[in-house]
Amino acid sequence: MTFTDKLKTNPAALWSGVVLIACALIALPFALAMAGTTWVRVTNLAILFTLLALGLNIVVGFAGLLDLGYIAFYGVGAYVYALLASPQFNLHLPFWVILPIGALAACVFGVLLGAPTLKLRGDYLAIVTLGFGEIVRIFFNNLSQPVNITNGPQGISRIDPFTIGSFSFSQNEVLLGLNFSGPIKYYYLLLLVLIAVIVINLRLEDSRIGRAWQAIREDEVAAQAMGINTTRIKLLAFAMGASFGGVAGGMFAAMQGFISPESFVLVESVMVLSMVVLGGMGNIWGVIVGALLLSFVPELLRHTVDPLQRSLFGRLIVEPEVVRMLLFGLALMLMMLFRPAGLWPSKVRQRELADE
Amino acid sequence: MLEVSGLRVSYGGINAVKGIDFAVRAGEMVTLIGANGAGKTTTLKALTGLLRPVAGAVRYNGEDIVAVPVYQRVKMGIALVPEGRGIFPRLTVEENLDMGGYVRNDVAAIRADRDHVYALFPRLAERRRQTGGTLSGGEQQMLAIGRAMMSRPRLLLLDEPSMGLAPLMVQKIFATIRAIAAEGVTIMLVEQNARLALEVCQRGYVMESGEITLHDNAQALLANPQVRRAYLGEDA
Repeated sequence: MTFTDKLKTNPAALWSGVVLIACALIALPFALAMAGTTWVRVTNLAILFTLLALGLNIVVGFAGLLDLGYIAFYGVGAYVYALLASPQFNLHLPFWVILPIGALAACVFGVLLGAPTLKLRGDYLAIVTLGFGEIVRIFFNNLSQPVNITNGPQGISRIDPFTIGSFSFSQNEVLLGLNFSGPIKYYYLLLLVLIAVIVINLRLEDSRIGRAWQAIREDEVAAQAMGINTTRIKLLAFAMGASFGGVAGGMFAAMQGFISPESFVLVESVMVLSMVVLGGMGNIWGVIVGALLLSFVPELLRHTVDPLQRSLFGRLIVEPEVVRMLLFGLALMLMMLFRPAGLWPSKVRQRELADE
Repeated sequence: MLEVSGLRVSYGGINAVKGIDFAVRAGEMVTLIGANGAGKTTTLKALTGLLRPVAGAVRYNGEDIVAVPVYQRVKMGIALVPEGRGIFPRLTVEENLDMGGYVRNDVAAIRADRDHVYALFPRLAERRRQTGGTLSGGEQQMLAIGRAMMSRPRLLLLDEPSMGLAPLMVQKIFATIRAIAAEGVTIMLVEQNARLALEVCQRGYVMESGEITLHDNAQALLANPQVRRAYLGEDA
């Protein structure tokens, strides 16, 4: 019996659990704000990366298609938002208009990547997607000439925050004696989007489409023989994964107020993929755990490694960044040795290990 | 039910099937026998749509289906039991069977058909919660056949169901194939085990390096000296 099955049989426990978690999530940003607004920002970025990881999980975890250029869709979403809501073209469309456009644009790019790679698998697919991610980034970098679209490596700044009427997500507001800072408002918005994305993912996994993805991941030829339109179903995985990336990108642009091609480099793709793999490919909850861990632990290290060394040795011996990457590499290696299917693997992957 | 004329299929630049004609009538059991590399599997792949023929026509119930994609053909009632079984190794027996019913959405009938498959293969019922990869070769073959039956095929294409199985298991599998035929499913069987195939089927085609060299009633082929020498291992 899985965890979710247990909850289904005990609705009272389920609901009290939900209420408890909801209260904790609502109170969280204020607790974090006491430690510093930075931590609210860190949390927001962690949620953004969770969104990305969940999007990539559709492609990699559900459909089994290795995508190393996923960050490109995040970039497309971010640039669509930046171009339509900044002084760059003097366009200032509201965010609820731009986000769907960004999702659609990313979706189109997803299909653009998916269509020519339909017959590729494994390593070959990984290479093409890696190239695709780089191509998109290089375009961002160079589309400043002859017509200046992306402003090249300087990036686009003064991007509009989300606003609804006169309510702006970037301003402080005091309500009921509580200080709602910009990041806190974004936190709630991100949380809502995250919940929506989780619900969509759970529904997808249980749907006919989810089953078709599962079949394709297991054996593509057999999947075809089952009457699954593998072309359409694979493109759908690319398109849906990309759309989630596009939405996350738009929110990133609005939150940061500034974007440049540097935010969409290969390492970011690798990071999101690591979140999916570390958490447990194909398992939504595992992926969330992976994304949160890989977002928070480096930040924690950043804040502890430096003071710790100074108090122990009186000076800085190893740069925090070096320690961070060392521990990251070590964690991935340990995981591959002891939990090759991820921290919280999907049911099907657990079986794979049991078979061995 | 199935009429193939002038079928030519290339596979990796090689003309694997060089213009063959054959037919399968509704309710029949027909076998295509031949040595390794004769083009039997390629022929089946062209029938299911996994390979696109270079030339020729494949008529199914009078309709040319050469341009029809694989998944549509499954809906039309053509099911394949692939060579090497092609089961989903990490899905349970039950999930494998359900995947076989992917093209249908009549939940109650799918469940009934699943029970029917369990009746055909009681072994699968015992193993329903086990993953496909943990089954023995024979059980996997049962699963592959059962899964194909889940799409309620009218024409069942079997590719080397005896491959790699112990003789006793082969007997069991063939008995079940006969039972499926008795239910009114038309069967086309591709086999290297010519004797077994000809004993079960009514008619047979002999394929040699991409061409059909002989076709006759199964009994006649079993008696044919040429067949006996080449495929039944006898000195005639």
